[in-house]
Amino acid sequence: MTTDAAAPALVRALNVTKAFHGVEVLKGIDLDVRRGEVVVLLGPSGSGKTTFLRCINQLETIDGGRIWVDGDLMGYDDRGGVLHRLTDRRIAAQRRDIGMCFQRFNLFPHMTAVENVAEAPVQVKGIGKREARERARTLLDRVGLADKADSYPAQLSGGQQQRVAIARALAMEPKLMLFDEPTSALDPELVGEVLAVMRELAAEGMTMIVVTHEMGFAREVADRVVFMDAGAVVEHGTPAEVIGRPQHERTRAFLSRMHAQETEHARVAAEHAAAEEAALAAEDPAG
Amino acid sequence: MTTTTEDRPGRIEARPVRHPWRWVAVAGIAVLAAMLISSFVTNERWNFPFAFEIMVQRPVIEGLWKGTIFGTFGAMVIGIVLGVLLAVMRLSTNPVLRGVAFVYTWFFRAIPRYVLLVLLGTGLVFLYPVFDIGVPFGQQISAALGLSTDLTFAQFAYRDLSSTIWVGALGLGLSEAAYMAEIARAGILSVDRGQTEAAQALGMPPGKTMRRIVLPQAMRVIVPPTGNETIAMVKDTSLLIAVPVIVELFYQSYQFGQRTFQIMPGIVAGTIWYLIVCSVLMVGQYFLERRFGRGFGTAPAARTKATEAGGEH
Repeated sequence: MTTDAAAPALVRALNVTKAFHGVEVLKGIDLDVRRGEVVVLLGPSGSGKTTFLRCINQLETIDGGRIWVDGDLMGYDDRGGVLHRLTDRRIAAQRRDIGMCFQRFNLFPHMTAVENVAEAPVQVKGIGKREARERARTLLDRVGLADKADSYPAQLSGGQQQRVAIARALAMEPKLMLFDEPTSALDPELVGEVLAVMRELAAEGMTMIVVTHEMGFAREVADRVVFMDAGAVVEHGTPAEVIGRPQHERTRAFLSRMHAQETEHARVAAEHAAAEEAALAAEDPAG
Repeated sequence: MTTTTEDRPGRIEARPVRHPWRWVAVAGIAVLAAMLISSFVTNERWNFPFAFEIMVQRPVIEGLWKGTIFGTFGAMVIGIVLGVLLAVMRLSTNPVLRGVAFVYTWFFRAIPRYVLLVLLGTGLVFLYPVFDIGVPFGQQISAALGLSTDLTFAQFAYRDLSSTIWVGALGLGLSEAAYMAEIARAGILSVDRGQTEAAQALGMPPGKTMRRIVLPQAMRVIVPPTGNETIAMVKDTSLLIAVPVIVELFYQSYQFGQRTFQIMPGIVAGTIWYLIVCSVLMVGQYFLERRFGRGFGTAPAARTKATEAGGEH
């Protein structure tokens, strides 16, 4: 969690713009992320935070500005001031060092957990099958799923699937991890296990950019919080600054909405747990 | 909420809904069946014993194996491989590949199979009894330049091949590819976009993403209609006579009937063979679909295996 302010940025975004069918969704985003830093992007839906995240690993192409990851200009070759679009193959190569986790997990349903994790190292890095599988098992153990290695995604809960997805991304030994609302599709009681893995990852010094609505995670884990609205960065700073003492009205409005929602989620989760307990209690005498 | 036993309704013993029209339909069908059987028995031109004899004649069996079954197999292999390739081309970002795939599909879907087979077998051999492979306009160029060579690198006697099952299977396969391309395209499009993105995010290049991630999942949508196409292909091999390929089931059985002045038994012999082959394929299709359709969308094939082994879900 310690970051050296003098170290060069691992990710540098300058004046990034992007429009979908004429609608500007990113209006000149600047962001520097240092090595080992955990940055949380906050903002209402439609604020462009997911789009920006997807621009970093070129799942979306940007219309203007530049993004560098570890000194590499993403998507283009700068030959004396003239940009040349990279081939798909070279863009694929640029993505190898950037791990990404999706809201909907996107595990490969036709492969077991261990096959999911071992796939890219074998296909992309050319590592031997046996070695890749062994390493995949170690990674699954690390996310607490050693016993689920041979299960198919459909046999796993959402939380387990997302942890497999994290292991799958880690298998490529990325320098940077992108998380696109990793817990939004999960039942409230499964959120904790995924956040725990992410916390551990942050503690190990992984550079992470996380789009999330989990305010607790942002407060505890983030080195820096960036609040975005309507395609622009409204304010950024430490969690204490942005979440604790927001300067802008829009940030305050968003945070109070999130707070209300969080309370509601907690209530639902508690209700859920109570209902489950009641169901178990009702089942017991019958069984 | 507790009630005494007397108040609570017991087991339901209701009268079922009556279906009088079903009985009327059964009676109608019974009359038609009786007419058919009466025709079988009273009209000796049916001559079923002779039809069964024709079925096991050597040329007929040869036609079944070398024409119908080998032709179906060859045409479907060509059709599936080329069809998947065309579908990938059609969905590519490369406009040249997209254009080629579109024109191919347009052309081969518009041509009747019978016409295509005549074109390949009879028409092409009239144009080119021997294929010369070399520089286009090679003979004209060498004549103009006064060269001794005609710029031909290889020769290939198409006339030796033009009425064989190979050309027949090729013709049917080329036509099938146009239909398989549409089936494969639907299968590829059925795979969630997130799958491609996940593979891309891992740094997998486009070709590998297609081969390792998208196509295996598309198979679940591609397989059932492919079974259908295979059954349709069995019947279309009867068109092979257009090439002309005479080692073919129906031509042989029909000819056998004609030679012996037993027209109907000849036709019946072929018909029964088609019924048998298609029945076998339908059973196969049932099992294939069950395998690939298992837990479609959520659970893959191995779910039951894992549950049986005591795994949890």
